[in-house]
Amino acid sequence: MNAENIAAASMAESAAARAVSPPNGLLVRIDVKGLNFYYGAQHALKNVSLPVYANEVTSIIGPSGCGKTTLLRTFNRMFDLYRGHRAEGEVLLDGINILSPDMDVTSLRARVGMVFQKPTPFPMSIYDNIAFGIRLYEKLPKSVLRERVEIALRRAALWEEVKDKLNHSGMSLSGGQQQRLCIARAIAVEPEVVLMDEPASALDPIATARIEELVDQLKERYTIVIVTHNMQQAARVSGYTAFMYMGELVEFGETEQIFTKPREPRTRDYLTGRFG
Amino acid sequence: MARSKWLYIRRRIYNALMYVAAFLSALFGLVWLFWILAVLLRKGVPAINWDFFTKLPAPPGTPGGGLANAILGTLMITALATAIGVPAGVMAGTYLAEFGRKSALAKAVRFVADLLVSAPSIVVGVFVYSIVVMPMHGFSGLAGAIALAIIMVPVVVRTTEEILLLVPDSLREAALALGAPYWRVVVQVCYRRALAGMTTGILLAVARVSGETAPLLFTALNSPFWSPSITKPVATLNVTLFNYAMSPYDDWRSLAWGAALLITMGVLVATILARMVVGRIRI
Amino acid sequence: MNMAGHSGHPENGSGGRDGGNVVPPVARQAIKRGQPRWGDAAFRVTTAAFACLVLALVAAMAAVLYDKGYLSVRTFGLGFLWSRDWDPVRGLFGALPAIYGTVVSSLIAIAIATPVALGIAIFLTEMAPAGLARPVGLAIEMLAAIPSIIYGMWGLFVFAPFLAKHVEPVLKKLGGGTPLFEGPPMGIGMLPASLILAVMILPFIASVMRDLFTLVPAMSKESAYGVGATTWEMVRSVVIPQTRTGIIGAIFLGLGRALGETMAVTFVIGNTHQISASILAPGCTIASTLANEFSEAVSDLHVSSLIEMGFVLFLITTVILASAKFLLWRIEARITGK
Repeated sequence: MNAENIAAASMAESAAARAVSPPNGLLVRIDVKGLNFYYGAQHALKNVSLPVYANEVTSIIGPSGCGKTTLLRTFNRMFDLYRGHRAEGEVLLDGINILSPDMDVTSLRARVGMVFQKPTPFPMSIYDNIAFGIRLYEKLPKSVLRERVEIALRRAALWEEVKDKLNHSGMSLSGGQQQRLCIARAIAVEPEVVLMDEPASALDPIATARIEELVDQLKERYTIVIVTHNMQQAARVSGYTAFMYMGELVEFGETEQIFTKPREPRTRDYLTGRFG
Repeated sequence: MARSKWLYIRRRIYNALMYVAAFLSALFGLVWLFWILAVLLRKGVPAINWDFFTKLPAPPGTPGGGLANAILGTLMITALATAIGVPAGVMAGTYLAEFGRKSALAKAVRFVADLLVSAPSIVVGVFVYSIVVMPMHGFSGLAGAIALAIIMVPVVVRTTEEILLLVPDSLREAALALGAPYWRVVVQVCYRRALAGMTTGILLAVARVSGETAPLLFTALNSPFWSPSITKPVATLNVTLFNYAMSPYDDWRSLAWGAALLITMGVLVATILARMVVGRIRI
Repeated sequence: MNMAGHSGHPENGSGGRDGGNVVPPVARQAIKRGQPRWGDAAFRVTTAAFACLVLALVAAMAAVLYDKGYLSVRTFGLGFLWSRDWDPVRGLFGALPAIYGTVVSSLIAIAIATPVALGIAIFLTEMAPAGLARPVGLAIEMLAAIPSIIYGMWGLFVFAPFLAKHVEPVLKKLGGGTPLFEGPPMGIGMLPASLILAVMILPFIASVMRDLFTLVPAMSKESAYGVGATTWEMVRSVVIPQTRTGIIGAIFLGLGRALGETMAVTFVIGNTHQISASILAPGCTIASTLANEFSEAVSDLHVSSLIEMGFVLFLITTVILASAKFLLWRIEARITGK
């Protein structure tokens, strides 16, 4: 077991090493280097390194408690809110270490948006839900703001359904619509990266399919990192997959390779359902 | 076998007796409620007429007159108390729910607020007499409003905290993830989500103080006239009721019953309204 | 602000995945750093200041009451607490009758209200059908919402004559000349004050007890029912033992309220500065004395003595309520396992 851990760690490192000079010439949007994360005394991420390629969907999979959500939440420093949560190492966003203390989290979060497990519509109208984020950063004339809201809703494939009821409460929508509203809200700020934490786990299969379709469209403009416990979903939506286990990155590579020719025995065991 | 059967029957009988006792306890409570309400309606309704709402009190012994000035005074003082007490309470409650949570300061404030909720209101009256009436050399509506505000604050603090804690953290995170500063998250997202609950809390606090008499006795005092200013004594329904009920004039006593009915209905309606809103809150 | 960095963002999105270098990273780096977050700091400090205000309020109340009562403290010393004198003309003041009346009326009220409140709480949580528990619970809460002064007025004009006519003569007959029931049956005095206090604190005690009982985990209730216990046996052997500390806390809470209750008592207690063994005799409490005499007190010493009494009441209720709070905290922590 121990020997395997070490092997896995070195494998992960070599995967990261390859990623720095990707074979297909992709741009590395986020570069994670030797990231360790602690919840107080608990060591939740152990020396994780991986690249996140621009305009690709990267999925993070693994059994619950493996650290996949923790990893996601370092990308927008969400952990800052909680006492005793601490990250060490480097997370480079376009070459700048976002973990450095002089990083301004407001502008970081303008560039790295997030969509949560359960839909989180704000208690305001559909229009204001989208405008909320835009207004934080820009003072726009009404007509421009309206345009921006429409663009965001169109990109989130929600416009046709809500264009006649923009004044209705965001909470009056169905679960799937609420989640697309949250996606629209996140992309309205024009981020570079959109983080998604199991965005379809609270939705029915039809709503899930729509979200997956949307994710596929969104990667044209945004870099997407998606955490999921659903392996099929990872296989369907992502170009790259990271498999995590017990706080370590076991394997990272093109999704097709991970799912058809995993290099690591533990990845194979997980994918064939032998644990987790 | 016969013995265990007897035991079984005895246990059953004992249980039935306890059911009856518990039911009678509940009935005991209800009897008082309906007795008081029945008396209020029977004696209060005849006293309430157009004059009651529009006329000033008649001089002692003269028939007629109304409590227009006292009604206005009560509305004025309660509104002023709400304007002072609610913002203060909401801010303190916001600290407990959004920032303090488990800190030592938050624990101390929670403890003290709970003490204040049940503290004798007459002592608050004495306190305000000492810090407002004495330095200003006179009783005033303002002093009465401050006394009521002090009684309101702990109630608003605790309900604000409770309701804000019902707002899920995922909503705060979602707003923060957009890069919103925390104060905007609280003001634009948390308060909105908690609006119904906080309104209820405020309504309950208003209902509570609008029935208070003791803290007004030596702050707002009383007055048989329209009050020219809140820095002068102001008549309130509650204090007027106290004075009139203790008076030897039948007319005044009748007006007192009218005032009693009006106060009680106001308080009960506000309380029931608040409870109905609570029943509909789903956070 | 930093949206300038997004200017290179292609709206048509044609450059999706192929090139991979959609936006030159340099343009993206136009981040404004160290944006001042004084808005958050200011909000935090403001709310914390109001929280501190609550603490300051209680401290100020204690300090001001002591300060304004100091003339009386200096004049009478500790003897103020056990002197029976109350003579504004000669300038002699003692708090014993008021303290006695406050404590005795509250204790009688608690003795009456506790078993009834326990019965109501058990009825609402364990016995009443769901359709009945809600309206009855609401009605009991209404009892708590009725203002004190209404209890007082009703007590004076309705309840006191009722007592004088139907209850007190019977008590006198039953008591057979004991000092407890001495004096004419007037319907004004310690007995009506205590009874009305009992009704007033009843809903408070009952609702705390009800909340406590609902905290008891269903599993331990079911395990009692599982061995064939009746409802009462379950309550006696599971609910009450598990919440005993909290029940005492609820009683203390009721006591704290009764001690400071003002208007209702003022109407019916008779307001005489005397100590009598009979519960039919009139008396006074600290709160009723304040309500009656404060706005009419002329001499500085009279006012100061009244304020010192207020200070004593404040101390007593604070200690009682703090104990109640402490007991309720402990039981909640124990049941919810924290």
